[in-house]
Amino acid sequence: MDLVPTPSQTVGPFFQIALTTKEHCVTCLAGPKTKGERTWITFRVLDGDGTAVDDAMLEIWQADSNGKYNHPDDRQPKALEEGWIGFGRLATGEDGSCLLETIRPGCVENDTVQAPHLTVAIFARGMLKQLYTRVYFAGDPRNDQDPILALVPSYRQDTLMAKPDSARPGHWRFDVRLQGDQETVFFDV
Amino acid sequence: MEVTTRTPITPYCRPPAGSQPPSLYAPYRASIKRAPSRPLIVLPDTLSEITGPLYGHEQLGEKDNDLTVQHTGEPIGERIIVCGRVLDSNRRPVPNALIEIWQANAAGRYRHANDQHPAPLDPNFSGAGRTLTDEKGGYRFITIKPGSYPWLNHSNAWRPAHIHFSVFGNAFITRLVTQMYFPGDPLLAYDPIAQSVPDEKARERMIAKFDLETTEPQWAMSFNFDIVLRGPEHTPFET
Repeated sequence: MDLVPTPSQTVGPFFQIALTTKEHCVTCLAGPKTKGERTWITFRVLDGDGTAVDDAMLEIWQADSNGKYNHPDDRQPKALEEGWIGFGRLATGEDGSCLLETIRPGCVENDTVQAPHLTVAIFARGMLKQLYTRVYFAGDPRNDQDPILALVPSYRQDTLMAKPDSARPGHWRFDVRLQGDQETVFFDV
Repeated sequence: MEVTTRTPITPYCRPPAGSQPPSLYAPYRASIKRAPSRPLIVLPDTLSEITGPLYGHEQLGEKDNDLTVQHTGEPIGERIIVCGRVLDSNRRPVPNALIEIWQANAAGRYRHANDQHPAPLDPNFSGAGRTLTDEKGGYRFITIKPGSYPWLNHSNAWRPAHIHFSVFGNAFITRLVTQMYFPGDPLLAYDPIAQSVPDEKARERMIAKFDLETTEPQWAMSFNFDIVLRGPEHTPFET
């Protein structure tokens, strides 16, 4: 390393005027005709007091239903599903939540086989740098073999599991707890 | 399952100790309840980390990088140029990087419903812009010098004048959101957000430099702000 990277600073309280205007929010990772199992995830962000964080931004990065990323460095011998974007950007509302529409991801296979997951970056006022976490799907049998989950103490793995909403097929819930007993696992990437 | 075709994973460098702010910096009060209390889990880079959204094909609006021409009239304030390059930590230019900026107007007021500072809004200034870097990593905005403004962090707290920058590099983990400050601003020494970065040299990287060379005579002063993103630890296929 030759140059020291520019320091991160908080996104602050007013990012919405630029980053999450109606035009620049991306709440759906797929095109209307993209193949795969339509999936909705309701995210909720909570602070150390359990109070809803109503001024957070979530960015999502995800592989398609085949486990393929929309990026030239992904050399997995798989085709990218038509219309797949794979990137999302959402702002939380008053109750700290936001709704993502996506397709259930496949396995990313490289040196290892990763269980279906989404990568999430969280930004907010009060956060001097973004935090990274992952969303896995509770009950997916492939979670047991996932090399990243294996790095997480078993008693904390549950914080990385989206839970199915029994009332609504295809809908899942994922809470991001920034601090405290049930704190979400964040990754140093 | 055996996987035969693989992408070689070149890990990204990790910033030196002290060059990035901690999540918890108590003088910045809002960080107290929004910082994790448990250590982060070190994650080796996988395909999920070294890929990320790419830009370059999107149609950006013609006026997106000129914040002074987005309305019928000219905004009030000191017209400035803000330009520079986006490089990675190996000094390689980052082309097609999406840069988004937002800022207060010359009076120190944001066009945002939650901004209660009793300073006037400017009907000719929205305070948001975006651009893509060129093949040399270069970018250029025209805007108005933002004003300083008070906030409630501590008694008599004022933010130094700043422009927020959001930058996408080649990978999801090179994503950077930062703030650009102006040289000689006396408020910098009192600002817990800028001071949250422990290393003084790293802190100085957030301060733009006045640049006479790109200043346009009889029109606008120019400030140079180079941005450094994390780069790969080594570049395996260099020839």
